[in-house]
Amino acid sequence: MHRLPAILALENGITVSGTAIGAIGAEASGELVFNTAMTGYQEVLTDPSYKGQIVTFTYPHIGNYGVNEEDIESDRVQASGMVVHELSRVTSNWRASTSLQSYLEASGVAGIDGVDTRRIVRILRSEGAMRCVIAHGEGLDPRELVERARAVPDMNGLDLTPLVTTAAPYHYIPEAGGEWGYAQLAGEPKRFRVTAIDFGIKRNILRQLSAYGCDITVLPATATAADVMATEPDGIFLSNGPGDPAAVTQGIATVRELIGQRPIFGICLGHQILALAVGANTYKLTFGHRGANHPVKNLDTEAIEITSQNHGFAVDPSTLPANARVTHVNLNDQTCSGIALTDAPAFAVQYHPEASPGPHDSDYLFRQFVGMMSGVGV
Amino acid sequence: MPRRSDLQCILVIGSGPIVIGQACEFDYSGTQACKVLKEEGYRVVLINSNPATIMTDPNIADATYIEPITPQFIEEVIKKERPDAILPTMGGQVALNAAVALHDQGILAAYGIELIGSSIESIHKAEDREQFMEAMQRIGMDMPRGGFVHDEAAGLAMIEHVGFPAIIRPSFTLGGTGGGIAYNMEEFGELLRAGLVASPIKRVLVEESVIGWKEYELEVMRDKADNVVIICSIENVDPMGVHTGDSVTVAPAQTLTDREYQRMRDAALKIIREIGVETGGSNIQFALNPTNGRMIVIEMNPRVSRSSALASKATGFPIAKIAAKLAVGYRLDEILNDITKKTPSCFEPSIDYVVVKFPRWDFEKFRESDTSLGVQMKSVGEAMAFGQTFKEALQKSIRSLEQGRFGFGFDRPNDVAFDRSAADGQDPLIQRLRRRTSTSMFDLYEALVGGMPTTEIHALTKYDPWFIEQCREIVDLGLQVQAGAAALRDGLEVLTSSLMRRCKQFGFSDVQLALLTSSTESKVRARRVSQGILPVYKTVDTCAAEFESETPYHYSTYADENEATPKQTRKVIILGSGPNRIGQGIEFDYCCVQGVFALREQGYEAIMINCNPETVSTDYDTTSRLYFEPLTYEDVMNIIEMEQPEGVVVTFGGQTPLKLAQRLQDAGVPLIGTSPDGIDLAEDRQRFGDLLDRLGILCPPWGTALSEEEAVAIAERIGYPVLVRPSYVLGGRAMQICYREESLRHYMQRAIAQDPTRPVLIDHFLENAVEFDVDAVSDGHQTVIGGIMQHIEEAGIHSGDSSCVLPPHSIAPQHIDTMISTTKRLAEALDVIGLINIQYAIQHDTVYVLEVNPRASRTVPFVSKATGTLLAKIATRVMIGEKLSDLQMQPFNPQMSRVAIKESVFPFTKFPKVNVFLGPEMRSTGEVMGMDSTFGRAIVKSHISAGNALPASGNVFISLSSHDKTQRAADVARGYSDLGFTPLATTGTAAFLASHAIQARPVLKHYEGRPSVIDDIANGNVHLVINTPLGENARYDEYVMGQTAMKYKVPFFTTLAAAEASLAGIRALREEEITSTSLQEHYATEHSGH
Repeated sequence: MHRLPAILALENGITVSGTAIGAIGAEASGELVFNTAMTGYQEVLTDPSYKGQIVTFTYPHIGNYGVNEEDIESDRVQASGMVVHELSRVTSNWRASTSLQSYLEASGVAGIDGVDTRRIVRILRSEGAMRCVIAHGEGLDPRELVERARAVPDMNGLDLTPLVTTAAPYHYIPEAGGEWGYAQLAGEPKRFRVTAIDFGIKRNILRQLSAYGCDITVLPATATAADVMATEPDGIFLSNGPGDPAAVTQGIATVRELIGQRPIFGICLGHQILALAVGANTYKLTFGHRGANHPVKNLDTEAIEITSQNHGFAVDPSTLPANARVTHVNLNDQTCSGIALTDAPAFAVQYHPEASPGPHDSDYLFRQFVGMMSGVGV
Repeated sequence: MPRRSDLQCILVIGSGPIVIGQACEFDYSGTQACKVLKEEGYRVVLINSNPATIMTDPNIADATYIEPITPQFIEEVIKKERPDAILPTMGGQVALNAAVALHDQGILAAYGIELIGSSIESIHKAEDREQFMEAMQRIGMDMPRGGFVHDEAAGLAMIEHVGFPAIIRPSFTLGGTGGGIAYNMEEFGELLRAGLVASPIKRVLVEESVIGWKEYELEVMRDKADNVVIICSIENVDPMGVHTGDSVTVAPAQTLTDREYQRMRDAALKIIREIGVETGGSNIQFALNPTNGRMIVIEMNPRVSRSSALASKATGFPIAKIAAKLAVGYRLDEILNDITKKTPSCFEPSIDYVVVKFPRWDFEKFRESDTSLGVQMKSVGEAMAFGQTFKEALQKSIRSLEQGRFGFGFDRPNDVAFDRSAADGQDPLIQRLRRRTSTSMFDLYEALVGGMPTTEIHALTKYDPWFIEQCREIVDLGLQVQAGAAALRDGLEVLTSSLMRRCKQFGFSDVQLALLTSSTESKVRARRVSQGILPVYKTVDTCAAEFESETPYHYSTYADENEATPKQTRKVIILGSGPNRIGQGIEFDYCCVQGVFALREQGYEAIMINCNPETVSTDYDTTSRLYFEPLTYEDVMNIIEMEQPEGVVVTFGGQTPLKLAQRLQDAGVPLIGTSPDGIDLAEDRQRFGDLLDRLGILCPPWGTALSEEEAVAIAERIGYPVLVRPSYVLGGRAMQICYREESLRHYMQRAIAQDPTRPVLIDHFLENAVEFDVDAVSDGHQTVIGGIMQHIEEAGIHSGDSSCVLPPHSIAPQHIDTMISTTKRLAEALDVIGLINIQYAIQHDTVYVLEVNPRASRTVPFVSKATGTLLAKIATRVMIGEKLSDLQMQPFNPQMSRVAIKESVFPFTKFPKVNVFLGPEMRSTGEVMGMDSTFGRAIVKSHISAGNALPASGNVFISLSSHDKTQRAADVARGYSDLGFTPLATTGTAAFLASHAIQARPVLKHYEGRPSVIDDIANGNVHLVINTPLGENARYDEYVMGQTAMKYKVPFFTTLAAAEASLAGIRALREEEITSTSLQEHYATEHSGH
């Protein structure tokens, strides 16, 4: 079987040859990052936080179990492209509905396989996440592709939330899937009204909140504090999302106004926005954290959680104001993994307690949020 | 929580001899644990009966007891050492069982000793199936239907509820001994009865069969603060129904979605918390119904295991080492990740490669047994391989096995010529595909070559379609190369640079490519090198390259970037011994590791190449640099060419590296130590015979024959009995002693039918001779004797199987002198630099040389432990150019003040229907050592350690072959009778004994009627069996007797010599108090004695 060649061109001038996968003939461009999780490619690809990024999977066999109807984090593939060592040509799982190849094809997302992905990781590890282009076809000009990679917009200063947020407010209707463990409380009466600001929210956050008894209204990223309060929430959730948090100025302003009014829980971009809202700074990590094995220490309990992570920016803890404290630390590099305000019911984590993909060790944060809401005006 | 300061002294329990189901993985874990605890400043006391281990090296623990692992001897150790705690989780089932026994007998409480790593409650909860099932119910885990029965009636009732097929598992047995799958009532009845006997508590689990389900394992660790991490997931290619030790396994899991994986992870966390393993590692097995995802818990091991050794090697996360630290109070986040040296250990390794483990079976050693696989483990070793894809790792794992296979098919002339259109060949194939056997993977290959669809293969084999398709990709590419090559005049031309690269990425070996292109391995290699297609070496770093790592632990693949950076320092490569097999096991790994230690101490970079995940040698911590690679010429040469070492050692790893020696030397590789020519001189019968003639050294008369008539003529010339063996065979395979022309003819007919081109070696067999083993080190000028061992059994039993005693206990001093001087002369003649082992036999006051091995021998670790002289270490230093005179090696002292006895351990219980009599073909899997001040005391210990504890009194059953009805036999019988034993005997033997005035109660042989001696054994009326077999073919009743004795754990002696030796032991047992002594104490006595 003849397979179309493909090239991955990096802004640092390195080009790598491989084979075209996904939407054959399409092109992909974006920030090249890597994810070290060994399972969960479907969740990763559909995670809105990957908007504008091309994901290199470090696990060499991707696509083994195909894709199914359930394991999605949004309604489409969000990553701009995919770099793998070997895309599985066979799908084997009792829940699979189609192959990863067909799924990417249908989504119009291009990828490349046959790549020494470990080499890519080593490049990104030392030089940092960088812009890249994946192109398919015979007779491609690598130099020209490098130039195009250099023309891809830099992630710094980029607000990508408009690309992934909901166009209009909606009310979340819980889906089936209770047998998967994360929804151990499914069927509980919906005791709390939660309004989530959607900066690119992952489906599993909604599933989790719902499982913990929350009735959720989802608002667009541009929602104002008045919009949020108009929904009469018991608690406010700040979602994950793509891009540079500092560029999400509307969201930051909204959150600044909401602090103190209702309990707030933020995840990932939501965590960064909460920090920015209280005056702290964020900065871009060299290559970010993307995987399902990052140890985080809860400074209050001293317990270690193995967490799912996906972020390129981080909160600079030295810039936190007096009314905010670091609650969680990433043990790999001591970066800030969670904060709480000391004068208002608001906390947030940089990582993904909703997992998907990843371990469920941090499930308690949802319980904590619910607990906070129980303490106020029900 | 830092290290506990309330503990000062910790006792570590080892796992005893290597047996099927419990191999060198526990030397690896135990060694790591001892090293860690010592580093942490604790006094470490170790008990292990296995002298072939690195952990029993006198510098690993502070006090090393090579003593039986029984409550009695452990209590002796406790009395002397007064440990504060015992770590029982490093020594497999043996250590756990010992800990439970110590607790049950009140010993732990009496001495105020704490168990660390696991508590008695946790052990019971995990190991006692009844408690485990209750615990799983409490936390809402799904389990197979079924339950426990204590007798046959309850079993028959249970099967009604469970249905067929049903799994039968006896409680508390090693490696599933006595378990099985029953498909019908008759099988069920048999397995049930056998299981009730095998279980030390007479309890059997009868359970719903989940045969054909997908099987997974998770390696889990937990610290005192309740932090839990999963180190590795493992997926079995062989579905449920095959013991995981007999399954081809892959890490990480390949066919689980994240949801399924996380559900399994959640379950594992709940389970380890419920069972209560607080500080250490556990292994949890799950089964998954492939059609609906139903997940059930199979079992949990609350200790490090074979799988955790595999997981450690597969991920780079040292489970045993970390487990030991957790046991003394550390938290996971307080321990640095050894490999990154930056990040903490409380994380879950991410791997960016695929690891495949392939078991190695030695069924040819147990011809009467069948090769089918089930819930009882039968493999004797395993190889592991890394690749960037499953395909690459699978092919590498197969060629690592050294069983004449070089990949997934296409590796033998017949495979390549496989006729795809042969439809009539399909039926037997379908039958084979239905059964799981040691050749199942190659049946799969045949099915794929024949074009069988995946759905059909899956229906027959239950292999996951993903694995089948990966294998199909290998086969498709192979067929593509083959077809392309067939169309060309020079088939090799088909391998264009891109196709060559693709083949290498699929794991094809040069040997396979040569066969596929009708070329030769060297031509393929030359072409590949000229195309610039060389492997690169990636790093095993626990983190998928997310962080930098400094640990040089590498595997090869075909990709863009090479990460191995050879150093410019002085360096030596040691080639390891590959997967364990009968005849080549831990003893050779011991030698390799000693070599590594010596090189590192001398400032060399010691580079190891090996593919056995169980061993100490494949611990990245042991070596300066580790290449986890197959030990084939291709893979080894690739590394040598990149590393350019100063020397390569081929004489430590047994036959594995030796087989490569000549080719490596021809390729210009600087081999250090004895030259391949010296090795060949010792192994080539003609050259060796000529050498002995020239030196005037005696050996038994011999000849080689290609035909029956030639053989008979030779036998007539040299005299019967004769020892016959094919010339190409190693480790005593297919050896036989022929007493008569008839049996010699029969042997020759079979040998010629197998391969008419191979000559058969015929030696005069020295009957009733006493055999000796001599180990020595030579530097080319001087030879120093390391040890002399006397075999307890007469010549004719493979030296690896016979017991031996050091120093020799009944030999004239002049014969010792003869052996010493002969050894020196031979070492000089063969130009030995390093180790040499010579086997001698003494018959009628004459010393004969039987065999010379100018390399590490199986007895090196035993001699080293017995004498305190680390032979392999000294040999290594000699090999890098030092002189023995400078090393001040202590020569062996035949008058040493203690006696060490080595006894072998056999896997007969795993192979019912197999002949238990010993012969010239080696079949033992491991060894134990008993050491004490006298022969009697030492033999008591060696017997206990080998699981053959001598009785102090009782009934002794004696059955002698006509050949053995001698004065000596009468003396032995009288010896037992004088000690108060009541002799029972077969009619013939009883008459013989009566003629020597020994009264024996006659009992019936098995075929003579009931009740027979078999019933007496089963009823516990026989406490010791002496049954010397007829010279050649043991009769049916002798098989049955052997099996029965084995089953009921009655000491069973097949030679008069062994029965005689045991008399001394029984005397000691009755008259003396037997105590435990550490190696360090033994050696101190020795030195003060000088």
